[in-house]
Order: sequence, then structure tokens, then C-alpha cells
Amino acid sequence: MNTSSSLLEIINLRKSFGSTQVLNGVNLRVDRGEVIAIIGVSGSGKSTLLRCVNLLEEPTQGQLIFDGREINYGEQSGGLLKTSRMRAALRTEIGMVFQQFNLWPHKNVLENVIYAPMVVNGVKRADAISNADELLNGIGLLDKREEYPSRLSGGQQQRVAIVRALAMNPKLMLFDEVTSALDPELVGEVLELMANLARDGMTMLVVTHEVGFAREVSDRTIFIDEGLIEEEGPSRELLSNPKSDRTRQFLERVLRNGSLN
Amino acid sequence: MNNTESQVASYSEMYSAIDNWWGLIEAYLPQFWPATIIVLEVTILSIILSWVCGLLCALGKASTLKILRYPAEFYLWFVRGTPLLTQIFLIYFGLPQMGIDLDPFGAGVVALGVNGGAYVAEIIRGGLLSIPKGQSESATALGMTYFQLMRGIILPQVIRVIIPPITNDAATTLKNTSLLSTITIMELMLQTQVIVSSTFRPFEFYILVSIIYLLLTSVFMVALRWVERRHELAY
Repeated sequence: MNTSSSLLEIINLRKSFGSTQVLNGVNLRVDRGEVIAIIGVSGSGKSTLLRCVNLLEEPTQGQLIFDGREINYGEQSGGLLKTSRMRAALRTEIGMVFQQFNLWPHKNVLENVIYAPMVVNGVKRADAISNADELLNGIGLLDKREEYPSRLSGGQQQRVAIVRALAMNPKLMLFDEVTSALDPELVGEVLELMANLARDGMTMLVVTHEVGFAREVSDRTIFIDEGLIEEEGPSRELLSNPKSDRTRQFLERVLRNGSLN
Repeated sequence: MNNTESQVASYSEMYSAIDNWWGLIEAYLPQFWPATIIVLEVTILSIILSWVCGLLCALGKASTLKILRYPAEFYLWFVRGTPLLTQIFLIYFGLPQMGIDLDPFGAGVVALGVNGGAYVAEIIRGGLLSIPKGQSESATALGMTYFQLMRGIILPQVIRVIIPPITNDAATTLKNTSLLSTITIMELMLQTQVIVSSTFRPFEFYILVSIIYLLLTSVFMVALRWVERRHELAY
């Protein structure tokens, strides 16, 4: 619908919880097909930034322009109706994957994947199932479609969670530390799926602790510190040769510990 | 013998006639049948009403909107802070003054349903709190409305958690129907009182009515175990 290459624009985004300022005016442009890694110490606001993009957290102030439609917070915020319509549109077109998978335990794998397309988008059950089967086949979990999530490994659960978000045909995918809760030997299969997605041209915002993934898969890396983008640049460049002192200190600490945790 | 002496004699005669207790019970047992039906009717209708009240109240209390939360909190505070008997009298004797005239049966159902609703609300609220926040977040992130995520994601999980306490509550409602004897509903207690006052055999008949109550509440416990087993199979 929009011909410009920018899918998402975040302008002067601020978010506070009570008197605590978490985001202090973030500006970010995300092009179509771009993969952006977001790094930073815990509490720096990177998860909050992600959650503001699909409005799981309502920004205190600022502007989001997603696929040509804009939503404003603060003084120039639009009417309630406009906001809620925009919110619904954003959420169906933006997929999100969480650290704790958050699969629904009372639904089996197939039902987890088809439920939202059916009730939210009104897709017919048969169509939803054939789409889900195709997606599950793509990650090698078609034979698990009747299983309940509790019977799957963490890595399998997280891959199903990714497929569940993909079943809505999102234009943008948000990943919030999706490998942090996994056993080390299960991290690889999830990162591989994400790398495949990136290769297929999905636009992705990835909050991650995996330097390797950021370097190999993401086009750009942004380092967030105290609610602001401290530094951004092409991933290889930023991760091997950071310009800001704070970024360098952070990366040194991370490399010493072997991971971004 | 004067009058009083003869009465005392006849009492002791009756109390000593223990050997005849089975015949006595056999003679009066059929009268307990319609009373049992009434207990079941009132119980079932009250339970349904209490679930409706409880669900609305629990959702109201969990709401961020004051206009929904404050009435829910007042309801919980009032119902749980006053005796059930007071509530029954308020509804049956008090409401007609305000132009709301319920027959004893209707007043009984409303009283037990509204009363039970407050306890059901607390049970559902506990169930809602036991569901991790991520469950509704993932549904919200997929674009579901509040109604869609409640119906498809949250409530099915809550139901599983609340089956045991909600069954207990249903058994309590059944036992509470005995209080409706005070507003002339011919349920088990009032029926027993009537029979006792004409036979002067309180021990036999209060034991009998206890057994009937036990049989009824046991049905709930058996049903609970059956439902629990069925749910264990799922996930």
C-alpha cells in the first residue's frame, strides 16, 4: 500500500512507568526486509521499545508510522476510536515472539497456530489448517501437530511460537530475547529458523543477547543505553569497531563473559 | 393422673418405642421426596445464577475501569460481610417494600445465587491470577480483542483450575438451602420440622434428613472426581 521503502518509523518515542523514564526519545527507521538487532544492558529499555512498537505498552509520547499509517501519543494524539483501530491493525500485521514462548497449554500445536488467524482474521478452518501444516512442515514439526506444548522441548515450543506469529502473515516480526530461556543446546535450532526468515526477506526487530547472531544475520545493530539509542550502524562494523565508549565497554564486558547476558 | 402426668407418660412411651423406628421412617419417607426435588431445583438455579454473578463480578474487579471495579468491590464487601440469613430476609421481607415482590422460591434462588456469586467471584479471581501474564500478552499481540482472548485463551484455562473449589461451593449452596426453611419454602429442613412436630421423633428424622443431605452432596463429589479425571487426560 505504501511505496516508500520504510516499513516502520519511530519518532521521538518516550515511555515512562510512573516517574521512571524508560525510553527518552528514540528515533528509528526500519526499511522493508531489514533485520535490526537491538542490544544493551538489562533495564536499558530495549524490551520496552519492542513492546511499544505493537502497543503492548502504550507510549507516553511520540509517533509511530507503520506501513504509511501513523499513530500519535502525547499532545497530538488522535481520537480514541482512531487509536484503537490503529492498535488492532498494528497487532495483526506485526508478529511478536516472547522469551517465555507463551504457547497456550490447553491447545495442541495445530490449534495454537490456527486459532488467531481464524478468530482475528476470519480465515476458514480448512484454509488455516493447510497454511499451518505448510508452516509446521517447514520447521520439521508437522508430526507434532496433535501434541500439547508441554510435550515439546523448549526449542520446539519456541519454533511453534514463531510459526504461530507467522500464520498471521505479518509484515514485521518482533523477537524479544527469544533464546534467553532455552538450554544452550536448543538455542541453535531457533536461531537457524530466524536466520532462514531473514533470508526470505522478513523485516525483523530482534532484541538479543547473541552477538554471533547479530553479527551474522542482522543488517544493522543498535545499542540502547538509558532509554536512548547510543549508537547504531551496520552490524559487523558496530560490533567489531564501536565508536561510542559505552558501546565499547558493553561489548568488552560481553565478550569477556562469552555472551551478552 | 392429671393432665401433665399423662403427657409425660405418653412422651416417654414414644421415646422408648425405638423398636418401631423403621416403620416410622417408612411411613414418612415419601414426604421427603418432593422436598428433595425442591432442594435440587433451588440449588441448580442458584448455582447457575451464582456463576453468572461471579463471572461478571470477577471480570469487573479485574477491570481497570472504576465504573466496573467499584460496584464489584461493593458487592463482594456487602455479601461476604453480612450473614446469609440476613440477606435472605432482606430479599424476601425487605424488597417488597421497594416494590420488588418475589415469591418464596424466587427470593430463595436470588438470595442463594447472589450470595454464592460473591464466593464464586473470589474463586474465579484466584483462577485468573493463576494464569501467567504471557498468556494474554501473546493473544493480544496476535490482535485478539479482550473478548476473544478471554473466551479462547484465558477462561478455558481458568475453568480447569477452579473446578475443585467451584464444586465445593456448589455443595455449600446445596446445604445453604436449609436456611430457606425460614421463608416457608417446603424444602428438606422445613419438611423435617413439620414431621418432627407431629411425631415428636427428632432424633430419627434429623438423622434421616442428614443422610439425604449426605447423599446429595456426595453426588457433587463424585461428579467432581469424574470431571477432574476427564481434564487430566487433556494436557
